[in-house]
Amino acid sequence: MDDRDTQDDENRIRIAQQFIGAIPHARALGMQVDDLGPGRATISMPWAEHLVGDPRRGVVHGGVVSALMDTCCGAAVMMHPATPRSTATIDLRIDYMRAAEPGQRITAKAECYHMTRSVAFLRAVAVDEDDQNPVATATGTFTAER
Amino acid sequence: MDRNEPLEQIKSRRDSALKALVSGVPYMNWLGIMFDRRGDELTAVLPFDQKLIGNPALPALHGGVTAAFLEMTAIIELSWTAMWEDLESGRIAPDAAVPDSLPRLPKTIDFTVDYLRSGLPRDAYARARVVRSGRRYASVHVEAWQDNRARLFAQATGHFLMPQG
Repeated sequence: MDDRDTQDDENRIRIAQQFIGAIPHARALGMQVDDLGPGRATISMPWAEHLVGDPRRGVVHGGVVSALMDTCCGAAVMMHPATPRSTATIDLRIDYMRAAEPGQRITAKAECYHMTRSVAFLRAVAVDEDDQNPVATATGTFTAER
Repeated sequence: MDRNEPLEQIKSRRDSALKALVSGVPYMNWLGIMFDRRGDELTAVLPFDQKLIGNPALPALHGGVTAAFLEMTAIIELSWTAMWEDLESGRIAPDAAVPDSLPRLPKTIDFTVDYLRSGLPRDAYARARVVRSGRRYASVHVEAWQDNRARLFAQATGHFLMPQG
């Protein structure tokens, strides 16, 4: 039973990784699906020189964090038990708490905490290797097409 | 202001300062963002590229690319506006070849993007307006469009922490 669940999880992650791999911008940023659950997704990406927004400190640009948060939220909508056919961002707000440490992976976790017939409500958090200390948080609304 | 300053000198001072501001950000170069300047008015240009796609089925620009484009436009406009007086009076002369001459960029506190329609697989443009700029905090609004200036595909508001000292 447990083996079966693990296998299902692995299959889901593999399918989601293929889905993300088909998105040119997600591929360009090297995004990787780490975990999925009902209405939940965890996606990470590596630090890279060309993603730097502040060359003095080597800190990744906020826009990169936005792209990761947006993709992760979209994946969480698609993982919702209501199984929407597709989704698009309506609104996304990002709060930047601190600079992500240069050289470290950035991991986003998104949760779809409410779903109506046509709108999904999300929150997400991004961390680097210090996962107790968020780099950024996001709240968003997404369309949910049935 | 010197009314008789040679035109070429004025243009070269402004263009090289803008170039210095923009070229200092690797991520902006990677996305391919450029700036058009008319006097002090800036228009950001994002030339279309396949790697900017977020939905290959439609196809449409990635929401994160749109957010990054708007945020970059806001930061450059804010920095440009803040340095204008110093630049024109000759107190500073940013030069892309001299990293220490580049002004430190404002830091984003928060950024909220309103996605109005999906981004088409073609060039996008954006203009930012500094709504309020204090010594420490600033509020900036940005609008982005593609074919028609009046048909925005996204707009955003952000708050920024100004570099100190």
